[in-house]
Amino acid sequence: MQVIKDIFIWLNDALLKMTWLENLINSLLTNGFGMDETGYLFKAVSFFMFDVVKIFILLSVLIYISSYIQSHFSPERTKRILTKFKGIPGNIIGALLGTVTPFCSCSSIPIFIGFTKAGLPVGVTFSFLISSPLVDLASVILLASIFGWPVALAYVVVGLVIAVIGGTLIDKFHMENYVEDFVTQGPVIVTDSVEIETTRKERHLYAWEQVKEIIKKVWIYILIGVSIGATIHGFIPQNIIETVLGDNNPFSVLIATVVGVPMYADIFGTLPIAEALVLKGVGIGTVLAFMMAVTALSLPSIVLLKKVVKTRLLVTFVTIVVIGIIITGYLFNIFGYLFI
Amino acid sequence: MNIKVLGSGCSNCIRLEKNVYEALKQIGKEATVEKVTDYSEIASYGVLGTPALVVNGKVLFSSRVPAPFTLAEMLRKEV
Repeated sequence: MQVIKDIFIWLNDALLKMTWLENLINSLLTNGFGMDETGYLFKAVSFFMFDVVKIFILLSVLIYISSYIQSHFSPERTKRILTKFKGIPGNIIGALLGTVTPFCSCSSIPIFIGFTKAGLPVGVTFSFLISSPLVDLASVILLASIFGWPVALAYVVVGLVIAVIGGTLIDKFHMENYVEDFVTQGPVIVTDSVEIETTRKERHLYAWEQVKEIIKKVWIYILIGVSIGATIHGFIPQNIIETVLGDNNPFSVLIATVVGVPMYADIFGTLPIAEALVLKGVGIGTVLAFMMAVTALSLPSIVLLKKVVKTRLLVTFVTIVVIGIIITGYLFNIFGYLFI
Repeated sequence: MNIKVLGSGCSNCIRLEKNVYEALKQIGKEATVEKVTDYSEIASYGVLGTPALVVNGKVLFSSRVPAPFTLAEMLRKEV
């Protein structure tokens, strides 16, 4: 058993944490450029270089793998699977499929209309829409690379629980009456023609296209995120951050959530900021709440959803997700020591 | 040939439209290319993921942006 464990730790360190890369960069900075290993500049530059290289390598590999898996789950197929389930199982399957069904944020409206027209309960659709941006394969593995597997797995479970409970509550409150009329009117279309046979070569092409596309879309967020992270890591004194976001401030989770909700950023850009905050002693719950708030909700997505649902449903949705995130944050701050 | 690009106008939809023109050039065919951005009209095709491509009234695919070469192959079959 010890051998297997050693191999896993070695693989984890080499491939996920990339400790060799960190050592390489640090020795380059100290020996090649003669930087002082205790200086602020060294900390910031080392953080920046290591994170940029690591995130881009991991991201390319991960997007490829997850896109390949996702090419098996079209939104149309997801819809057909979901129509077979009722009640809470429907919410659970909806939340699970949300993690593997590929969709860009601009697809959320057609998906919403399609699911609703197919007669799916509005709560199941929301379980899907909550979990989809919150939990995806690439971000979970990146999370494991930075904070370790226990935190990453806990994040997945919590994200799914929020999606299931959120969707279930929306059903319980009978929110189906607050969907815009045009969504439910009009004929139901059978979508068999949409299914096309996909060969392995096409899946490879699709996955490769996704890698190029997503990198092109998020590289700027990653650079901004890592720059902010590097600045926090190198230059901002620990006591300032601890006062605002530390465990002693009872409002830390609240602040992190409220700041994160309107922000529209990619999870990959948010991770380096989260990493720097944790290194400065901010509680893991506060950091996770910030990340969840950034990814699950954003002003653009709320504006988009407003086109298909009435204000009351929209407010209910945002409130449930925000409360879920805040509870998660405090729970992780209290029980986080179990994970790290 | 009548081609419709379904999508709300996000970056993927714009890319698909560009690739369609590129593919048409590759196979040397003319076609009318329309953009459909209205959500209820997109839904009327039974499409969930955008962007999607409709050729002569038939949905070819959805939530994908194939490369021009792949698109050219698909369009050749539809002519």
